[in-house]
Amino acid sequence: MEKLIDLAYIVASILFIFGIKMLGRADTARRGNLLSAVGMLIAVVATLFYKEIIDFKWIAAGLAIGAVIGGVWAQRVQMTGMPELVALFNGFGGLASVLVGWAEHEFGHRTDVVTLISIYAAILIGGVTFTGSFIAYLKLAGKMSGRPTLFAGQKAINGLIFAALLILGVYYCIQPVAWVLYAIIVLSLLLGVLGVLPIGGGDMPVVIAFLNSFSGLAGAAAGFVILNKVLIVAGCLVGTSGIILTIIMCKAMNRTFGNVLFGGFGAAGGAAGKAVEGEMKGISVEDAYYVLEAAQNVIFVPGYGMAVAQAQHAVKELGSLLEKNGAEVRYAIHPVAGRMPGHMNVLLAEADVPYEQLCEMDAVNPTISQVDVAIVIGANDVVNPAAADDPSSPIYGMPIINVHEARTVFALKRGKGAGFSGLENALFFRENCRMIYGDAKDTITQLAAQFKSGH
Amino acid sequence: METLVLLLFVFVLAGFLGFELIQKVPSQLHTPLMSGSNAISGITVVGALIACGIGDNSFGQWLGFGAIILATINVVGGYLVTDRMLGMFKKKDK
Repeated sequence: MEKLIDLAYIVASILFIFGIKMLGRADTARRGNLLSAVGMLIAVVATLFYKEIIDFKWIAAGLAIGAVIGGVWAQRVQMTGMPELVALFNGFGGLASVLVGWAEHEFGHRTDVVTLISIYAAILIGGVTFTGSFIAYLKLAGKMSGRPTLFAGQKAINGLIFAALLILGVYYCIQPVAWVLYAIIVLSLLLGVLGVLPIGGGDMPVVIAFLNSFSGLAGAAAGFVILNKVLIVAGCLVGTSGIILTIIMCKAMNRTFGNVLFGGFGAAGGAAGKAVEGEMKGISVEDAYYVLEAAQNVIFVPGYGMAVAQAQHAVKELGSLLEKNGAEVRYAIHPVAGRMPGHMNVLLAEADVPYEQLCEMDAVNPTISQVDVAIVIGANDVVNPAAADDPSSPIYGMPIINVHEARTVFALKRGKGAGFSGLENALFFRENCRMIYGDAKDTITQLAAQFKSGH
Repeated sequence: METLVLLLFVFVLAGFLGFELIQKVPSQLHTPLMSGSNAISGITVVGALIACGIGDNSFGQWLGFGAIILATINVVGGYLVTDRMLGMFKKKDK
């Protein structure tokens, strides 16, 4: 029987591998997700045949409760709430690894050093993932300020906790007694909280990708605890895919991972950088309409502000009207726009924008001089030309969408405030930029109404 | 010891495979990739099943029971939400 179970695990692993591979292409992604779900089902069913498993009623209850909660949640969530949900699910996975490690300690089946190290790793990584994700969830859901929370001696305290965890880990491997384990659990949970607190909302794409990677590694560690290969393979795949995403996100901000984790970016209000000269010029919706009416080539550049204003459907409507009017319409999306990797793409896809029109930064920039109007919706730092031409700016070197090179830029903004980095945006003071103040959704809806009445 | 070496071997190979698989993912798919792989990380449910099924009514079994619920939320919710998202990605209908 054990052999058959192992075979089933191999099948499950293969399905995970193909599933992840297919998730990387738009036309196969949905089937890929289905394949990996089938792999999961096979792994779960196979596990039930272990002879050690003799009590099924609690298993059935646990699976049923989890499936109902997860299923209802997944159906109910709004697309704008996606970053929070991903963070929360991620945290649950981490906590599950903590509990598995802890349970194995309680059973005490095996007390060799390797098992103890694995229990320690599963609890440490899983614990950090759980509370770290939970803080990320609170920040994303707006239940807590998105600004970095900094206090004196923060790094020293985090360093002390980390050192204590290392020492306790060594101690636990020599003397696996309960109080050491409890201390490790508590400190891991604390480290997750304190680790994510100093990270600001705009850096969340990096944090979510990183915690995603961590949840996979926690699973792999749990695999070492119970000597289970499918856990190790699946956990490791998730771990590496999360790391790759993390690296992509860091590159897109031209920051190192260490800077994201420890920098407290955007906390000080960012006084650095050249003072911007000139003034912001506003434009009325009517005048903006006349410019758009004549435009042949239009790009939308969405940012977190579009998600906040829930403006994606209105944007799509305006986009369709512009197309009917004979313009070429594209959506230019910066890799870190929004609060999680790919956030804007999901929102626009929800609004039925076909994915051919969702363009990456590198595809849009070379053609930007032919763009008649670039409409910036609640994006800020990712279109700040200071990143390209002001070496004293804190975001200097970050790749941006070069909307300042378009003929005209309309910037939709709630007020005159600064972006996540706390910087004034040099774009708004450019000669070719016009501000349209107000709620992004209202503004877009009004523009669309102008088109409808004009034809 | 031998088991450990074998498991480490599996771990390292899976790591390389992971890097190779996900080198070039278009940024439009970053969210589904993340939530889809997030669902896979719920594989911890396997460990939870073994812990909970031991049936000795010990504290460990109850920890396993909790882990099953959490991991299943992660798995079922993760796959469903990914599917919902991917269902929205449409080609231009002509």
